[in-house]
Amino acid sequence: MTQPIPTSRPAGEAKTDEVLYGESFRIVGNDFEHGGEVATRVKAILKQLGFPTDAIRRLSIANFEAEMNVIMYAAEGSLELAVLPTAVRVTVSDRGQGIPDIEWAMQEGHSTATPEMRARGFGAGLGLPNIRRNSDEFNIESTVGVGTVLRYVVYANGKAGS
Amino acid sequence: MVREAVGGNVLLRSIVALLDCEVICGHEVLDIEVPFCFAADLMSDVLAFSAPDSLLITGLTSVQSVHTAHVADCRGILFVSGKQPSPEALKLARDNSIPLLATAHSMADSCGILLHHGLSPASKA
Repeated sequence: MTQPIPTSRPAGEAKTDEVLYGESFRIVGNDFEHGGEVATRVKAILKQLGFPTDAIRRLSIANFEAEMNVIMYAAEGSLELAVLPTAVRVTVSDRGQGIPDIEWAMQEGHSTATPEMRARGFGAGLGLPNIRRNSDEFNIESTVGVGTVLRYVVYANGKAGS
Repeated sequence: MVREAVGGNVLLRSIVALLDCEVICGHEVLDIEVPFCFAADLMSDVLAFSAPDSLLITGLTSVQSVHTAHVADCRGILFVSGKQPSPEALKLARDNSIPLLATAHSMADSCGILLHHGLSPASKA
């Protein structure tokens, strides 16, 4: 899996929904010691696959925020990675407390983080907005007492001005 | 929490001299150019507002500071106020070839000294 990923979409060539590489990563709640390892591993994979630098940075930021959200707020979760010919699709699912008011949580500065989370450099209420800002497609579903599912896509040649 | 940003072009080696830094790791890359410095203790601020290739200036010494520098494409980390990285942070930095510096100056003083030496304010925000 070392073929460079094209930065534009050649018509009539590879199907844009064909999964070139897929992997699932487990995330353990409250495991701050390892927080960031999944994002770091995914970044290494995308570099090896030749994904464009800017897109890797945006995806890595989204992945890191999503990973830390699971660690801070859920019992456990997973990050499902699917590398497509011109994009990367990520699904982060967790089993946890869920989000009562998604609209509120999507606003910058709104957070239910504890002082301990903030002392570790997170919980500023920027996580979910930051994931959306760095994604080209973004969707969130949450059920209180059950968990949250984030789905986001980063295009190889997406989001001007990011 | 503090967040400051300064911008310009400066050798990492010059920053070491200006701030009387200890080079914890990355001696071999002191001649890289750093176009920006971004100071914050909140890693979400770094992820949200820093420009690529920045030097991260922080007082956060946990492994998350190095993960943040790595995913945000920072060129190195400067720990302020005499703080030292945790062993896990140091190992991760070495594994990913991220230079780590430490200075006795505070975050505000570090930014002020860099600004005083000709770096202009800049950030992605």
